[in-house]
This record gives sequence, structure tokens and C-alpha cells, in this order.
Amino acid sequence: MATDRNQAAESDLLRFIAAGSVDDGKSTLIGRLLYDSKSIFEDQISALENTTRKRGQEGMDLSLLTDGLLAEREQGITIDVAYRYFATPRRKFIIADTPGHEQYTRNMVTGASTADLAIVLIDARKGVRTQSRRHAYLAHLLAVPHLVIAVNKMDAVDYAQPVFERIKADFSGFISELGARNVRYVPISALKGDMVVDRGENLDWYDGPTLLAVLESAEVATEGDNEAFRFPVQLVARPGGGRDQRGYLGRIESGTVAVGDKVTVLPAAISTSVTRIHTHDGDLQLASAPQSITLELEHEIDISRGDMIVHAASEPWGKSAPAITQTLEAHVCWLHEQPLDRRRPYLVKHTTRTVNALFEEIAYTVDVNTLERASDVSVLNMNDIAHVKLKLHRPLVCDSYEQNRPTGSFIVIDPASNATVAAGMIATD
Amino acid sequence: MSIALVDVNAGRAAKRAPRVRLSELDVLESEAIHIMREVAAGCTTPALLFSGGKDSAVLLRLAEKAFRPGRFPFPLLHIDTGHNFPEVIEFRDWRAKELGERLIVRSVEDSIASGRAVEKPGQGRNSLQSVTLLDSIAELGLDACIGGARRDEEKARAKERIFSFRDSFGQWDPKNQRPELWDLYNTRVHPGENIRVFPISNWTELDVWQYIARENIALPSIYFAHQREVVRRPGGLLPVSHLVQPRAGEAVETLQLRFRTVGDMTCTCPVESGAATLQEIIDETARTRITERGATRMDDQTSEASMELRKKEGYF
Repeated sequence: MATDRNQAAESDLLRFIAAGSVDDGKSTLIGRLLYDSKSIFEDQISALENTTRKRGQEGMDLSLLTDGLLAEREQGITIDVAYRYFATPRRKFIIADTPGHEQYTRNMVTGASTADLAIVLIDARKGVRTQSRRHAYLAHLLAVPHLVIAVNKMDAVDYAQPVFERIKADFSGFISELGARNVRYVPISALKGDMVVDRGENLDWYDGPTLLAVLESAEVATEGDNEAFRFPVQLVARPGGGRDQRGYLGRIESGTVAVGDKVTVLPAAISTSVTRIHTHDGDLQLASAPQSITLELEHEIDISRGDMIVHAASEPWGKSAPAITQTLEAHVCWLHEQPLDRRRPYLVKHTTRTVNALFEEIAYTVDVNTLERASDVSVLNMNDIAHVKLKLHRPLVCDSYEQNRPTGSFIVIDPASNATVAAGMIATD
Repeated sequence: MSIALVDVNAGRAAKRAPRVRLSELDVLESEAIHIMREVAAGCTTPALLFSGGKDSAVLLRLAEKAFRPGRFPFPLLHIDTGHNFPEVIEFRDWRAKELGERLIVRSVEDSIASGRAVEKPGQGRNSLQSVTLLDSIAELGLDACIGGARRDEEKARAKERIFSFRDSFGQWDPKNQRPELWDLYNTRVHPGENIRVFPISNWTELDVWQYIARENIALPSIYFAHQREVVRRPGGLLPVSHLVQPRAGEAVETLQLRFRTVGDMTCTCPVESGAATLQEIIDETARTRITERGATRMDDQTSEASMELRKKEGYF
């Protein structure tokens, strides 16, 4: 492989979500991160100053940086997820900015699905509130690997350490009940800039890292670290057109594969071995998630889109075989205004396979504010989180979401409207 | 790809599998390849919008990575405003020929001649492209158009999906977008509807330039510093051409400059720059304090919501 590639591109990428309402200072926090990391351009600053002045205020209101679209301002609504980008010399960041109050669950679930880290904002004056628990619960449900509790508006409580410590103590009970790991607490003032990018001079009693330092150093666990090799076939390239052999195009969702490895094609459970790993840049001996590659196999087998190639059980990393199943137990979040109609079949898209499915049972719904469960539910409305049982027309090859996000997640599509109506996370049995 | 084996066993008791470590550009590239292949698998009659600009030049390289040694599963489509820089048109034709892929050109001039589009005096033709694009989608029966838009360009783009659904009028309804979770894309449409697909949504301007340098992607010459006659207008410099002539009292200056974006010659402004190589452009991009569109697009300065309004009308 070429080794003279641009070295500047070696810094890595962290996707995070900032959860909180405008009242918690979320927009100000994102504005502060962008501004203090010098990611705001001059034309944006002058536009910001203009708008601030038009609204009869002085200086620059950082929260306006994430101000919405015309459609939002006209109708006083918020449109789900906006993506924002900034970089420091250490890392590139993608922020999923999820505003919204009434549709919060839907928005946050969407943003959290691809996040490596979630920031939950707590207003120091108000302490732990219902929504703080809701945000932490959703981050945990979506298996976001890192959780940062940012206690904001420390300037409004005179930067008092006991306020911070009390909130930390209040919240940690709930956090351990959730079973969340990798949790950090940082006191900040997004308005004044303390402990966001710069340490400031007001929080000397806090000796941990700034919020940006946490973002820069959080370990990004790519699915390459998950050792179970999972390769859903996207497309099949037939011989001809410069190709002598059938090639299976796809992206490695987890794990690593090498030439010579024994593999099994699922759900048919046929074994063969990898003869070639092809890319446009040349052949590889070894490839890992999330590389997009073309695999060639020793035997001619009938393989099509939606099949999954995994390591054979005889391989050292092939022990954790996925499940092949026609029933799914999963947590789903209903995303659409039109409620679930259990009489109708829906489509489940899981990796590259789409199958017909019926919602056979709603075991319970979870109240995201109290975490209490309600059984005896027959309908799911927008923003509902439920534990359900699905019956599938054809089998899926899957892992639990906890073990493997890409092969443990699915979306539900209404075949009549083609709308994406729900998101699902496969439960551990 | 810059591939290095990492000894993840170092300092750990448990033995772990070796793996390949990927750079941020590798990850973005792989995501884009995955998206293009989902289009090929899920859409019936897609096309790739190729303008000859840097972002669509990157798309073509990504399509090579996704489908070679096979052919692209879609033709290239250019909506030609008739106001393009000649260097860009020349590049467009050369690149399509080099790839051996089919290029379809549809022209805004024709839409104006047939009365489908009406030119507004003093405004460029970028917004008129929507009419021609929607007509082409209907004519060719396209259910998906792959485009090179990026979310870092503009705030309306920041809220757009990677698979962005358009109704039978070609309209984008920001309030009614399909939720997009994980990398599970919903490619389904009814007849007459279409999807715009943006494989480099998550790339920044700097990522694009670093990738162009890494992959040695050819570009139209106007992206590199050169001498050109310009006039100064409110909103920026404008290149003198058969379409833009100096007005009474305006001085023509010859400056060293380059274009950060390419589009309608009557409203695309160059920036003063001595950056003549890819590395110099990367350094300049990393240092610049003005956004790509803020510096170069007069039509985006018309109002705070110009892009949002154009997109609702069917613009890509």
C-alpha cells in the first residue's frame, strides 16, 4: 500500500451529541465550542453580530450560531438533527445537534445512534431534573460509549464547588442504576467560557480536564475493536467487465478478515475461505471495520445481497456466532406521527437485508421520564419506547445491540407510505 | 488508505486480534463507498450529478472505488447553466471520456427557450437549475440523484439527510424528513418521487482538499492561482467575461486569484490567492477565516435563507 499519503489526515474522528434544551444553555455551549476552538469564520461572526444587534442586544449571542431555518423561525418549531463540524489539531468532531422539546426522544435517538459520546447538560441552578435522567437513559439505551455530564451555568451559582458536588452525588445513583460506564462530570460556564475550551480562572477547585480535553481524549471504540467479523453483502459483482471471479461487495461492520480465513455464509451456513480481498487501490492481506471492500471466496456459492459472511467457528475469533432468527425481541422507538397498526405488516431493514415483519407483541413501554414500565399497551405513538416481539417473514442474521451496534440495529419502514416509522435495538436474550 | 498494523496486544494481558488502523479520510471514504453501493442496490434508475467542480470530481473517484473494475451503475448528469467557465466544461467532457462513462447534459438555456424557466435580471442561473434538474429527473425517470453537497457548507444543508427524500414536485420539506439512524438508509420511493443522495455529507472543505491531494484527483485549472481580469462589485470580485462586462466607471483589474467553488460565472467570485499547488490550497483552506460560500457565492448572500428557499424549489 502507498505510504506517502498525507500525514495531516491522521487525526481521528469523534461523533458526539449534545443533549439539553435551550434553557440548559445547549446552543450557547455549542457556540462556545465552535467559537473558542476558532471554528467560526469572519462572515459568520459578522452575521452573528448583526443578528444580535437586530434583536436589541449587545455583543454577540453565541446561541444564535445554531439558530434554525426560516421554516423553523416562521412556525416556531424545531427541525430535528443538524450536523456541525469542527476540528482541533488533535481531532475532527461531528456534533449531532438535536433541538426540540416535544419531539425530543425521536431527535435524540436519531442523533445518538451514531454518537461515540453524549454530553448531558444540567443547569447548575436547577440541579438534576426529569429531562437529565431522560437524556442519560436514551444515551444508554442507544449504547453511546461515553457519557459526559456537563454541569452548566456555574457562573450563576458563584462557581460554588458544593453545588457541583451535590449534583454529581444526586445523579450518580441514577447512573449506576442504569449501568452506564465511562461517565465523567465537568463543571462549566458556556456563557463565560470556563472549562469549555479554556480553563478560565473561576473553577480552580476542579482539577479534571476541560470539556474539550475530554472530547479530544475519549477513546473512540470503532467496530474494528469488536473482534467478531461481520460482513453483510451489499452487492454481487459477476465475472466479466474486468473481473474473473464473483466478488462480494460490502463494508466490514465489525472485526477483521484476512486472506485464507475460513468463513461461513449465513443464513445458508455454507463454509468456504477467503481467497482475495480486493479494493480499487489494490489487494489487501487484511481488512478491518469500517473498510469497504470486495471479497472473493474459494467456492462458487449462491450468495446475494442481505447474506452475511462471518468467521467459521474454527477460527480463533469465530466463536461468537450471530443468531439466525425469525423472531426478534427488541427495544423500539416509534418515530412517526402515525401510530403503530399491529394488523399491518411492516418492513424491517437490518444491515443489507429487508424483510416483512409483524409486531406480534408489545411487552411493555418505558416512560422515559420515570423509567417505569407499562404493560397492557396495544399501540405505539411517536416518541414511545417499547420492548416488542417481531415475527419475521424471512430470517435475519443478527447480534444483540449491546454486543454489536451495526448488526444489532434495524429500522422499520411503512410499506404503504415508505416512511421510516421506528428504530430498533435487538435485545440480549 | 494509510494502513498500519497496530499491536493492540501491547500492554494487555488478553490476546486480541490484529486490526487495520484507518485515518479519518479512510473512514469518510469508506462511508461514501457504502452509500454509493446502497444507491446501486436500492434505487432503480439513479444518476450522478457531475458539474466539473471539485466536490463532484471527488464523487467520481469514490464511484471508481465503489464499482471498478465494473462500470458505474449510473450515468453522469450535468445541468449546464450556459454560464459555466469554459475550463470547467472542457474538464467535464475530458473526465467523462477518460472514465468511459456516459455523460448526459441538460441545459438551462433550453428550459429558458421553451418557457419552462424565466430568467430574473441581475440574478444568476443557479436557481434556474432546479427547473432543468426536475425536468431531467422526469424525462429520464430518475429515482435517485447522487450529489456532492456537504453539510458544512450552509445551515440548510446542515439539516439535510444523506438520503434526502423529495416529493413528486421535487420539493424538500425540512419539517418532514425521514429520520436517518445508524447507517441504515431508506431508499424507497413511490413512482414520481426521488431521493437526493449526498455521500460526502460529512466531509468538510478541508477534507475534500486533503482527499484530492491524497488521491491526486485532476481538477479544472481555475481552482489554482492564475491571473485574471476582474471588476469589484458589492459582494465580491467578478471575473470579466462575455457575460460580465465592466459597467461605466468600473475599473478592470488584473489580479492573481483562484476560485474556491465553480458555478455560474455571473455570480461566482474568485478569491485573491497565490495558492498554485494542492498543498498550498490545503494550507490556505486551513488558515482561511471566511466560509466557502460566504466568500464566493453572491446568490447565497441575497438573504439569510437563500439556500433553504432554493432547496425547497428542488435545487440539489
